[in-house]
Amino acid sequence: MKRRLYANLQRKIIFVTLLVSFIPLIFLSVTIYYQFAQMFKGKIEEQISYRARVQSNSIELFLKERTAILLAMADAYTFDYLSDKNNLEKIFRIMNNRVGGFIDLGLIDSSGKHVTYIGPYKLLNVNYYSEPWFHEVESKGVYVSDVFMGYRRVPHFIIALQRQETNKSWILRATIDSDVFETLVRTAQVGKTGDAFIVNKAGFYQTRMRFGNEILSKSNLNPTIFGEGTTVQEKMNAEGRKILYAGRWLKNNNWLLVISQDATEEMTRLFKTKQMEIIIVTAGCLMIIFTTIFTTRMTIRRLENSDRKMNELNAQLVHSDKLAALGKMAAGVAHEINNPLAVIAEKTGWMEDLLTEEEFQNSQNLGEYKKSLHKIEEHVERARKVIHGMLGFARRMEPHLEDVDINKVINETISFLESYARTNNISIIYDSNPDLPIIASDHSQIQQVFLNLLTNAVDAIGKDGTINISSKRHDLEISVIVKDNGQGIPKEYQSRIFEPFFTTKKSGKGTGLGLSVSYNIVRNMGGTITLESEEGKGTIFTVKLPVVVPEKK
Amino acid sequence: MFTFSVLIADDETDFLETIVNRLQKRKIEATGVSSGEAALELIKVKPFDIVLLDVKMPGGMDGIEVLREIKKLQPLTEVILLTGHASVETSIEGLKLGAFDYLLKPVKFAELLEKLVAAFENKASQEQKIRGAKIKEIGRPHS
Repeated sequence: MKRRLYANLQRKIIFVTLLVSFIPLIFLSVTIYYQFAQMFKGKIEEQISYRARVQSNSIELFLKERTAILLAMADAYTFDYLSDKNNLEKIFRIMNNRVGGFIDLGLIDSSGKHVTYIGPYKLLNVNYYSEPWFHEVESKGVYVSDVFMGYRRVPHFIIALQRQETNKSWILRATIDSDVFETLVRTAQVGKTGDAFIVNKAGFYQTRMRFGNEILSKSNLNPTIFGEGTTVQEKMNAEGRKILYAGRWLKNNNWLLVISQDATEEMTRLFKTKQMEIIIVTAGCLMIIFTTIFTTRMTIRRLENSDRKMNELNAQLVHSDKLAALGKMAAGVAHEINNPLAVIAEKTGWMEDLLTEEEFQNSQNLGEYKKSLHKIEEHVERARKVIHGMLGFARRMEPHLEDVDINKVINETISFLESYARTNNISIIYDSNPDLPIIASDHSQIQQVFLNLLTNAVDAIGKDGTINISSKRHDLEISVIVKDNGQGIPKEYQSRIFEPFFTTKKSGKGTGLGLSVSYNIVRNMGGTITLESEEGKGTIFTVKLPVVVPEKK
Repeated sequence: MFTFSVLIADDETDFLETIVNRLQKRKIEATGVSSGEAALELIKVKPFDIVLLDVKMPGGMDGIEVLREIKKLQPLTEVILLTGHASVETSIEGLKLGAFDYLLKPVKFAELLEKLVAAFENKASQEQKIRGAKIKEIGRPHS
């Protein structure tokens, strides 16, 4: 029952301790991780969007430069001049020298006919009138096209512009080198999987991606999710990896530059941090668990021990209280009997007095009367002795303090019993202990205690045996051990041995007061008296007396 | 045969009566009273050689108080205290206040007689000394 109570308490303490230590720890680590992850993600997004911005600027610049040089040429020369193949070739060279990246250059008249052409394809005299870009140029003046296949059946894009002369209009058209352009776009690729590419408004690829995709194939990226300025989006790809996309619109919002990055790859560092944190937190938790269990167990065990000691102490207190109460009762009884006893004694005496008178001298039964009265007196005397013993037991006289040499007291006491012991072949052995200090105590009371113990020992032995007395000095007390090899005290009597009137001796042989008087004397002096006994083997009484140093006179 | 007067104060009347009888039988002038107050009343009227006083009498005056009063009224009267075990300390205090001795109850009669005689002898010798000293001052009824 008690055990279960402790186990329960232990469980509760462990549970509560773990709860209050784990909750804040886990909460803290999760919060810190979350904050850190957030910051880390922010950083990555910022980085990618910065790259998108820079890259889009350089692409815009690339297109602007090429448009500008084409414009300059168109402004500087006339249709007639440009229609000369040599002139056009010269201009083409200048343009490639200055800015580079052109594949071909062509002059187209207002009917759409390719009048002059410098470049690797056989496009001379091709009519562009029905091409969509042709009308865009006509309506806008300057036009940078999306990537398309055109007559050459190769994906490319063009910069075209229209010029008006007095009676006719013409178009100067240049094709941008896809390789050069793609290289430029791709400079924004980073890491093992990072990519940079352009899609048009409708979502068709304008440049090749790093892995796979054909130019002009439809991208599964929806360009409309990207808004003004630089937008960062997060998407899962087919393999379930998280990809970060930074998009920025170019070329009057016709093209979308997309820079992609595998978030998972970037996040590896974060994952490492996460793993580390998990390891630390787990180790911490384990340590807390062990420490909590260990300390709680220790505490509970200590609690259990002190509880047990307390119970023992309580039992002792109850026992000594009981003895004290019994003592008081004995005193009361003794006192009440004392007075009638005195009256009986006096009346008997009076009768004896009267018997001496002459008139009784001739009585037949004078002898019988005298004998009876004598018997009454004898038994009153016997009762008187018992009463005196009881009253002595109850007397609460303060011990009279004097210098007491325990060695001397013991030796004196032994001498009282020596002759009786010798005739019964009992040897009483005591070696005086020179370590024992002189203490302030009551000589006659201590003597009474030892006399009682030795008398009991002698009685317990009966005939043929040994009584060993030994003494020891501890720091604050003296212990005297009286050991006999007599008959011992049955277990069931041991707890009652100090009760008044409890005796194992034959009736009339002992009053049962000796040990209770001794007990009270020792207790009043602040000492203890205990016994150990085994039936048939003997009894050991231990008297402990406090060392009270006598006052220097 | 010398004789002397004894006043016995004890609340236990059976005891009191018997003691008085036994003392009277031995030609001792014995009177019994059952309280301290009665003892004092009697002493005022008639001086006694010895007072046998029970220290503990329930109700009424405390034995020690009675002793004090007796010593005031009759300083030469010897007082012997009768005591139980529980009041030994009180009796020792009584000795300091001028009681001749104390006896533990129940008293053996022989012992009591012995004490009474000793007390009377003590008183007699005291009186002798005082008488010698007082020769010049005869005429004063009370000292």
